[in-house]
Amino acid sequence: MPPPAPQPNVRVVTLTIDGKDFSARADETVIELCRENKIPIPSLCYMDGLSIWGACRLCLVEVVGQGRLVAACSTRVAEGMNIRTNTERLQRYRRTIVELLFAERNHVCSVCVSNGHCELQWLAQKCGVDHVRVPYRQVRNEVDSSHEMFRLDHNRCILCTRCVRVCDEIEGAHTWDVMGRGSDCRVITDLARPWGESETCTGCGKCVQVCPTGALVKQGTSAGEMVKDQHFLPILARRRHAQ
Amino acid sequence: MSRTITIEPVTRIEGHARITLQLGDQGEVEDARFHLTQFRGFEKFCEGRPYREMPALTARTCGICPVSHVLASNKACDHLLSVTIPPTAEKLRRIMNLAQITQSHALSFFHLSSPDLLLGWDSDPATRNIFGVMRQDPALAKDGIRLRQIGQMIIEILAGKKIHPTWVVPGGVAEALTQEKREAILKLLPEGLEIAKRTYGFFKTLVPKFKDETSHFGTRPTMFMSLVTPKGNLEHYDGFLRIKDAQGRIVEDMVPTVDYQRLVGEAVEDFSYMKFPYYKPMGYPKGVYRVGPLARLNNAEACGTPYADVALAEFHMLQEYGPITSSFHYHYARLVEIIFAIEMMERLLKDPDILDHRVRARARSNRDEGIGVSEAPRGTLMHHYRIDDDGLITWVNLIIATGHNNLAMNQAIRQVADAYVDGNHLQEGMLNRVEAVIRCYDPCLSCASHAFGQMPLLIELKDAAGQVVDRLTRG
Repeated sequence: MPPPAPQPNVRVVTLTIDGKDFSARADETVIELCRENKIPIPSLCYMDGLSIWGACRLCLVEVVGQGRLVAACSTRVAEGMNIRTNTERLQRYRRTIVELLFAERNHVCSVCVSNGHCELQWLAQKCGVDHVRVPYRQVRNEVDSSHEMFRLDHNRCILCTRCVRVCDEIEGAHTWDVMGRGSDCRVITDLARPWGESETCTGCGKCVQVCPTGALVKQGTSAGEMVKDQHFLPILARRRHAQ
Repeated sequence: MSRTITIEPVTRIEGHARITLQLGDQGEVEDARFHLTQFRGFEKFCEGRPYREMPALTARTCGICPVSHVLASNKACDHLLSVTIPPTAEKLRRIMNLAQITQSHALSFFHLSSPDLLLGWDSDPATRNIFGVMRQDPALAKDGIRLRQIGQMIIEILAGKKIHPTWVVPGGVAEALTQEKREAILKLLPEGLEIAKRTYGFFKTLVPKFKDETSHFGTRPTMFMSLVTPKGNLEHYDGFLRIKDAQGRIVEDMVPTVDYQRLVGEAVEDFSYMKFPYYKPMGYPKGVYRVGPLARLNNAEACGTPYADVALAEFHMLQEYGPITSSFHYHYARLVEIIFAIEMMERLLKDPDILDHRVRARARSNRDEGIGVSEAPRGTLMHHYRIDDDGLITWVNLIIATGHNNLAMNQAIRQVADAYVDGNHLQEGMLNRVEAVIRCYDPCLSCASHAFGQMPLLIELKDAAGQVVDRLTRG
């Protein structure tokens, strides 16, 4: 679902983040408040302009008084909340999550068209992932290069579903979806037909631009050449929700 | 009784190998084999990948000569696109290739081989290395390090990084050359040329001291294959294939590189992961040929640059008639090529078109098979790909420069073993001469075998029954 349009009469709450006091609209999420105030919280599935998915778990934060960690993207602010965004435990968990993403599929940065422009790679650097401590699964995944303009490489997909959501919520085509369970989970076009044979794809390329890695890229790009432009999304999202 | 002698430091070759010498009843050498024992599998695991990834993927074959793979791979991709790349892009690629040849030849001559030549075959192995050279002749060692640095710096200025650059792309290069970069490279070249000429002059005085090695280091007759320009001159990037026989007669000439399969067949042996390319019309294993600097200079009518042409004329005088057959003279040929590379880079950089912004042809794949051939420092490098309708790789064949020399290297080891090995016991000097003949070819075994591991060199002596009677290892 797309994020709800801001209500005109929403109450304001006060809360603490990393020892500093903040006030926020009660309908805001923790990650929105943090982004507004330049408090860095990593995330891969969250994207301003798309609905909340809560899949990557990189935006986990600690709420004092609560035993469990909560995802900043899917947690609304509340009066008196005391949040910690960057504890040693969170850093450890985030690094492990990123390592697991690298181990799950074949992310070989050095030969990737998104090398140097990849959100996963950037996050790995931020999290200090200089090596992966779990064994790589090294499963051979397919590349769907059937589309005239774009290419899908399942080896580099982290299942953030940004493509699924942008196609459904912004473009309105709903070409993308998710099929399978667990390690067999895949993003698919139409009913698992090759992308080039999709009858619903409009070829707009929004999915490619929002993809955080080299999973969805333009044809004709070589190593390191795929630079994505995501500025369009908040603008389109606001216009769509204003309709 | 078997014994193992471990000699430090690690032997000076790129990659890892084993040599076995088969002895007869009287202790004489009956057979000599050069083994690459590990497998990397680039040709297999590239299958299924988009062809545009191939330059970056295959560049990882090697950290010494990634530029060579980048160029051959991009040429294969150009062929898949069916484009003629812009002339400026071709010149820029040529400059990069020449910089690569400069740095790689400098590595081979100064870092890997000069310890033998300066310190002696039988000198203490503990000091027979570049550090020993630094002590013996600091100026020469400094020259070598600087010359290699100049080659690497040129690659970095052009492509942004020294190793595994991605600046060369299918259809040309990613970015045009700027005036600042051109000036930066031009500033480096005079110093490089001075070093190259100085080293060449010095090596000429050394050659007469190695008459014995010259006559035993891989002198058996073989053919020579290389690229040449349409005029038959020295060529490293494009051109046509030429093969000369051991007497210097041209047996194949102006063969388009896309027809390489008419000339080159590939055999496999169960004792090595390196393939055994051979000259197809002569069959296997008779069709032995050599590639690399020696072959290129033997095949070239001229270099086309002033100092290199003088050096080439002197090179041809190393032997009374016919092509230069001793593999010991690979070292000589390398120094001539460094001079040529630096002179040619300067000429290309002074070309008025070199700053042209049109450096990339854009197209989709327009055929399902692409072949790219260029001259790597060690010889002719061939990349051959097939793709499906979606541009995904279905088949890869890489014929690596070192691989072409495989049969010749096996011959050379046999020859050195015949000349120097005493079947009753092994000596360090013998080990080093066997190594040194391999080193003449400057084999890049990591490229050729697609292998990695921790076994630099092992020599085994076997009796007639195949039992190991003696063994020497290094590393």
